[in-house]
Amino acid sequence: MSPGENRWEPVIGLEIHVQLQTRTKMFCGCELEFGAEPNVHTCPVCLGHPGTLPVPNRQAINYALGVALALGCEIAPRSIFHRKNYFYPDLPKGYQISQYDIPLGAGGSLGEVRIHRVHLEEDAAKLSHVGESGRIHGSGTSRVDFNRGGTPLVEIVSEPDIRSGPQAREWLQLLRTTLRQLGVSDVNMEEGSLRCDANISIREAGTEALGTKTELKNMNSFRFIERGIAAEIERQVALVEGGGEVAQETLHFDPVSGSLTSLRSKEYAHDYRYLPEPDLVPLAPSEEQIEAARAALPELPEARRDRYAAELGLSPDDAAHLAFDAELGSFFERTSERAREADSKAVANWVTGELVRCSREAGFEHPAETKATPEIVAALADLVATRSINRKVGRQVLNRLVLEGGDPAAIVEAEGLGAVSGDDGALEAAVEKAIAAQPEAAEKVRAGETKAIGALIGFVMRETGGRADGGEVTRLIHEKLAPQPPVTD
Amino acid sequence: MRPMIDRDQVLHVARLARLHLEESEVERMAAELSGVLEHVDRIAGLDLDDVATTTHVVHLENVLRDDTPTPSLSPERALAGAPDPDQGSFRVPSPQA
Amino acid sequence: MSDVVELSLVEAAEAIRCGDLDPGEYASAWRQAAAGDALGAYLWRADEDAGPGTSESSSELAGIPVAVKDIFCIEDVPTTAGSRILEGYLPPYTATAVARLRAAGAGVLGKTNMDEFAMGSSNENSAYAPVLNPWDRDRVPGGSSGGSAAAVAGGLAPCAIGTDTGGSIRQPAALCGIVGLKPTYGAISRYGMIAFASSLDQCGPLTRTVADSALMLRVMEGRDPLDSTSTGIPGGVGLPAAERLDGLRLGVPRELAGEAEGIEPGVREVFERTLDVCRDLGAEVAETALPHAEHGISAYYVLAPAEASANLARYDGVRYGLRESASDLTEMYERTRAEGFGDEVKRRIMLGTYALSSGYYDAYYGQAQRVRTLIAEDFNRAFEDFDLLLTPTSPTVAFELGSRASDPLAMYMSDYCTVPMSLAGLPAISIPAGLAQPEGGGPELPVGLQVAGPAYSESRLLDAAHAIEQAVGFDGTPARGGAGDS
Repeated sequence: MSPGENRWEPVIGLEIHVQLQTRTKMFCGCELEFGAEPNVHTCPVCLGHPGTLPVPNRQAINYALGVALALGCEIAPRSIFHRKNYFYPDLPKGYQISQYDIPLGAGGSLGEVRIHRVHLEEDAAKLSHVGESGRIHGSGTSRVDFNRGGTPLVEIVSEPDIRSGPQAREWLQLLRTTLRQLGVSDVNMEEGSLRCDANISIREAGTEALGTKTELKNMNSFRFIERGIAAEIERQVALVEGGGEVAQETLHFDPVSGSLTSLRSKEYAHDYRYLPEPDLVPLAPSEEQIEAARAALPELPEARRDRYAAELGLSPDDAAHLAFDAELGSFFERTSERAREADSKAVANWVTGELVRCSREAGFEHPAETKATPEIVAALADLVATRSINRKVGRQVLNRLVLEGGDPAAIVEAEGLGAVSGDDGALEAAVEKAIAAQPEAAEKVRAGETKAIGALIGFVMRETGGRADGGEVTRLIHEKLAPQPPVTD
Repeated sequence: MRPMIDRDQVLHVARLARLHLEESEVERMAAELSGVLEHVDRIAGLDLDDVATTTHVVHLENVLRDDTPTPSLSPERALAGAPDPDQGSFRVPSPQA
Repeated sequence: MSDVVELSLVEAAEAIRCGDLDPGEYASAWRQAAAGDALGAYLWRADEDAGPGTSESSSELAGIPVAVKDIFCIEDVPTTAGSRILEGYLPPYTATAVARLRAAGAGVLGKTNMDEFAMGSSNENSAYAPVLNPWDRDRVPGGSSGGSAAAVAGGLAPCAIGTDTGGSIRQPAALCGIVGLKPTYGAISRYGMIAFASSLDQCGPLTRTVADSALMLRVMEGRDPLDSTSTGIPGGVGLPAAERLDGLRLGVPRELAGEAEGIEPGVREVFERTLDVCRDLGAEVAETALPHAEHGISAYYVLAPAEASANLARYDGVRYGLRESASDLTEMYERTRAEGFGDEVKRRIMLGTYALSSGYYDAYYGQAQRVRTLIAEDFNRAFEDFDLLLTPTSPTVAFELGSRASDPLAMYMSDYCTVPMSLAGLPAISIPAGLAQPEGGGPELPVGLQVAGPAYSESRLLDAAHAIEQAVGFDGTPARGGAGDS
């Protein structure tokens, strides 16, 4: 934490656009397909031909209703669409059909952040620059592909309850997991089905009034969002502490250089001239519909976290980690399914503990990116559960699995890492050797000083190349050092 | 009498509407619009706070369509009539940043 | 056989259906008539057989060629909306109203001239050419469906379809001495009808008789899944048969008739005479009130341009239509739209953009929507005491070309009697009621009677109109200047 941050309180709100995974577009029957050849999924409606009219997609409305309910929103008994007017080549009608003063859902919360509103709208088409750098600057030409135009979007606007880049990232993860659970979107930031803009301002800690906010757009990964927000907070603090004033502007964060540049907006200080959409009649979900949608909600992350904590005895943090991170949660589920000997709690511990740590150390953002698949981790957990290897060996092997994948049992076999157990007498021999080599420690253990056992265990571990099963070693030591019953003749 | 809409406002509105006006048109437009606005302005002064607005004359709600695909245009058809088609896309001058 | 073009639509359809009339001969006669267009009524005429969409002669409109206002998209048929910005534009799809006509066996005779984007009351705002009134070629036919009206009145088409947003079917029908119907909002699908003001636009027939109008309405009305504001007419539409008006209560709103300013003496006289005809037919005729109708024009000229400013934003040179070359995108937009749109369209786009712009929305657009509510409530109240309402359709008879060009507001006032019904979404028909001289003298020109009813009352409306039509016995032939004269 930099010194300035104690005096200044960052105030951050997020605006998220989610592409819904319906089969067809919001207002026409063209199919949705990522990565198709340009303009193969268009029609007179989504091309904005004269005389065409929109008709809303029932499934998109259902999905949006699900999102609003999952976020705890009040559902408007009657909401309408509005036209948001501006000129841009990716906007075929010269207006976007959206919702303005009466959105589908309002109020609500997710985690610690309150939700301002949830509404439906249509996505713009894809505009790409024909030029060297790929950025749209200066003269030259651009191309428009209308496949994407008309994709149903849900816009989620949070209250400015977020206070840092890391918090924004975590909350966005939670939101993303929630949307994944709902099955309404594939929420893939790289492909653009989840997009996030941030509104950032600062104020003196302890005050209520909001400062001038800037808008940070076009951040297409969680990492960039976290860093971009942090960079902007730093910039504003430095600016204000230097006697300057924050100007309202839109900024772009370059993750490579870490710098923020001002975007001269396409129509600065937009006057969108909203008017109620005359071609669409109001949405009025009935009480029954709303209740049915609510009943159909799947287990959401916070409920899942509570369940994991209760059923698996995980700490709230670990339970949250599994429940709030969609990929980690499903990784855990799949691993748990495949594990035959290790129970869910053990698997959870492996996943949230060792696996996350090993992945990070190996330079991966997330366990799901490593070569250690759920099948592999399950096998490893089983080996430990059956005491074929001890935990320390397990960790060692995991480091390799994360980088190379493979079969844990085979690695153990090949490297001779199998646990030294009590079966073939080797362990017993090692224990006796330890006791003989460390008589003082042995005496102390006999006398009841349990801490002294550490030295003996350590000796055994060295003797066995670290492969002894710790529990077994301890048991044997106690057995050997137990007071001898008197020999009776 | 002061016109209801002056030259600056005309130019601002023309920009919002993406309409280029010749200099001679600006004056004429200001005068014509002012004339109409004077008449229309009668309703601006009415006290109608208690009256609901009519956004639709039809009393319909929830008119929706199933999420079932319908045939799209072929790209050739979609681009037929495009002023500047290029490699399957619609080409335009680049927007200024 | 008498000249087939003299037959009414109902007669011709019947004759074709029972085999007395050869559809090919009928279509050919009309194509020939249309080819003699000296009124500027057509922007495009079908070359080959304006033939039926289906070969089944049992269909309701089998073999009937229809003139279609150039505001309706027809696949691969030039469609301009009377504008340069769509010069050369060929739609990739067909409007539902036209598709339904074709499904009933009708064919497209041609696309008729119109005020650009339906903005106008004289057809002088067409980017291509004005249309001339067959009754007097120095005068306007009315607008914006001027081409359709002139074609039917001038013997260039047996029937036509047009659109009505503030009076654009009814007023030209009145000025040309024919029947023009604007149905209840939602009765006919707007899909494929180039939008001017979405909450007001409606498709409707222009015909020589009320019965013809009913026949076309029956075919076109219906719910369309491609238009979520469409409702059709619950219960459908019957063919009119009434000969009398016994027991019918007819109201005459004082704000739109009697005391209303701007109604020419000649128009007033014909109107009063027609009220007497109604009484003779057994109707009770009495005065009523639509207290907020006086604000109709103000509300309309905020709402319609506002919606139009958004509807016309798509004409930007990106995907179809005109594009002017330019060095950057903004210039391309501005020059394309400056070149492509005529003066009246620009005026209305400016007016609409202004009304919606920041700071003005509530004073203009919001207020206009409230006035709209009040007008609708006025009608509801009036219809508690009356079955139908009567007004003159237009305050004046056809005026001279160019006589209102320099005064947009004067032009807007032509819609005074028709706009309130549009704002309330109610059905209204104009039928010829007689002839009158314009104020200041001149030839005798048609006067239209407007009959309006509650929502979805088309059957009763058409019945009453039919009875009045029979009693009035208007001779539909223009006094001079038939269609084919050079």
